[in-house]
Amino acid sequence: MTLDRRTFLAGSAAASIAATIAGRAMAQGATIDVASIHDLSGIFDAYGKPMEKAMQLAIDEINAAGGLAGKQVKEISYDTQSQIPLYTQFGQQAALKDKVAVVMGGILSASREAIRPTLKRFNTLYFYNTQYEGGVCDRNIFCTGVAPSQSVEALIPYAMSRWGKKVYILAADYNYGQIISKWVQHYVKLNGGQTLQVDFFPLDVSDFGATIAKIQAAKPDFVVSALVGGAHMSFYRQWAAAGMKAKIPMASTTLGVGNEQIVLTKEEGDGILLAYNWSAEIDTPANKKFLAAWGKKFGADSVKEIHELAVATYQGMMLWAAAVKKAGTPDRMKVIEALETGMSIEGPGGKITVDPKTHHCTLDVVVIEVKDQKLTVVKQIPQVPPLDTQAVCDLKANPNSNIQYEIKI
Amino acid sequence: MDFAVVVIVEILYAVASLALIAAGLAVVFGMMRVINLAHGEFLMLGGYTAIVSVKAGINIYVAMLVVAPIVVGAIGLIVERLVIRFLYGRMLDTMLATWGLSLLLTGLVTMIFGNTTTGISTPIAGYRVGAYQLSGYNLFIIAAGFLVMAGILLALRYTRAGLIARGAMQSSDMASGLGHNPQRIYMITFTVGAALSGLAGGILAPLTGLTPTTGGLYVAKAFITVISGGAAVVAGTLSSATLFGTITQVVTLSSTPVWGDVAMLIAAVILLRLLPQGITGRFFSRQV
Repeated sequence: MTLDRRTFLAGSAAASIAATIAGRAMAQGATIDVASIHDLSGIFDAYGKPMEKAMQLAIDEINAAGGLAGKQVKEISYDTQSQIPLYTQFGQQAALKDKVAVVMGGILSASREAIRPTLKRFNTLYFYNTQYEGGVCDRNIFCTGVAPSQSVEALIPYAMSRWGKKVYILAADYNYGQIISKWVQHYVKLNGGQTLQVDFFPLDVSDFGATIAKIQAAKPDFVVSALVGGAHMSFYRQWAAAGMKAKIPMASTTLGVGNEQIVLTKEEGDGILLAYNWSAEIDTPANKKFLAAWGKKFGADSVKEIHELAVATYQGMMLWAAAVKKAGTPDRMKVIEALETGMSIEGPGGKITVDPKTHHCTLDVVVIEVKDQKLTVVKQIPQVPPLDTQAVCDLKANPNSNIQYEIKI
Repeated sequence: MDFAVVVIVEILYAVASLALIAAGLAVVFGMMRVINLAHGEFLMLGGYTAIVSVKAGINIYVAMLVVAPIVVGAIGLIVERLVIRFLYGRMLDTMLATWGLSLLLTGLVTMIFGNTTTGISTPIAGYRVGAYQLSGYNLFIIAAGFLVMAGILLALRYTRAGLIARGAMQSSDMASGLGHNPQRIYMITFTVGAALSGLAGGILAPLTGLTPTTGGLYVAKAFITVISGGAAVVAGTLSSATLFGTITQVVTLSSTPVWGDVAMLIAAVILLRLLPQGITGRFFSRQV
């Protein structure tokens, strides 16, 4: 048989129609579909790739334990290529075409705000598993990452007690950096310190020579970095290359989130202070089990890729699964109501509990020092509530609220 | 006083890195009037060549200063033979072709290395000026920038090959009548321009991370520098790099890098309004 263009077109059309019909049938029947919308390529892929793996691991474990509501869970993965417009597009596709039960995803705050309205409009449940600046108040979203009142509140007093009171802040120039830098200033002031200067950098700035000279002229006791993404990594490199590491210490609200400590050399990273929910060094059975399961699924080499956001994604997925189990159905409203009972799980980062009024989470916080490319725990603070969002948001009283508050500090 | 030294070093560094970024384009555009929109990608390829070589165990200086220019020069030669040589004197067509080439190169590198950031550490330790710490690598870039400029100047002015090249650019018919082959001269000049871009890309690679789209960051700065500089390759590039480097660094030091770039663009607009032929259109016009 010769394959001319016409028969090929007819054949492939028939095949794609068949596939579509089969896909529809699947969606309605055998599985519960969940969407993973993460940057798996582009400048933010260091964040996104392990998050996607965490989804796969969580789903494997859920399915191995018999699935949810009598069905297996199936992941539909979208690669947003570090481009915000693709978030909008894939958010619509997940909600309207694939009709998923829940969307896990979004990394930058800008990407979250690109899909949150879409998912709200089309009544698709949304989990945002990233540490962020706080303040989102929307009954359709659950935020499982640490917020400023949890991480910055732990980090700044600890850093100030160690190094002194004068602080210089560097932040990425978009909503996260703008808001988190205000939080840092707030906690510096609250602890009797002084912010000398705040500098913002667009995400593509990669030459920090002049900035490093400026910082030295200002003579701070330490620097707080909220720099984000691949281009900004060169700041840590140039900082170390200038020999600044020995002179001015540094704390960061973002380093380590994408496992930057293993991209940087020991000389470049050592001594930087961080505060998150998770570190590989946390010594609990839940964390050991998680690390072992990850190593078994993705290979022992891959364990060092795990980061804060991957753990938050895993915990988010597990929270959702626990809620579906409790509700007995993946139906959106029933799952939200189950989560709002104060749903709680024991994750790799410790106990994590949904706060019904804000849809944020109460969780453990660890202060971390980078040492030999590892995140060494120097202080543990159990069960910190999301005080910042609690101050402005009450979804019990206003269930229809749909904004991100700029928290007055 | 110490701070003044720091400021001067930062300014020299900015001038040198602009000169490095623009050097290859200055030869290709300044001499041959070929608008090479793939110039940024040549730099990017130089950076990747250096990083790959270092990771393969080659000494970092050999990788940056030898391997990168040779590899990118070879790529430039292939590009000239396959694309550019059919388009001399057809400016719009060249722009379109080289723009397509830049997309192709970005795509190829993305396929090979993935759309991620890669990088290597700088090989030189920091040093101290009074109360300040400075990056030792900046000094290396300053030296490299001025050596490259001096090299081009000497080659064009004092060697027979430079004389022939300049002659062929001014009047290819005359050069041809004197027994030289303009096609061959163009080919060599383009290859040298590409090799210079590769060298610059290699030298700048350890300073910043590299992504396949890094070229886009360079190409605008390179064109602004070369066009504002005007027709003279070395004098033009150096004078506009000095002007823009100084403005950018002074504004960056007193505010942020964003305003530094804004100030540079405003300066370029005003400059081209006053001197449409570039700086060397009016000053240093008899220089190389």
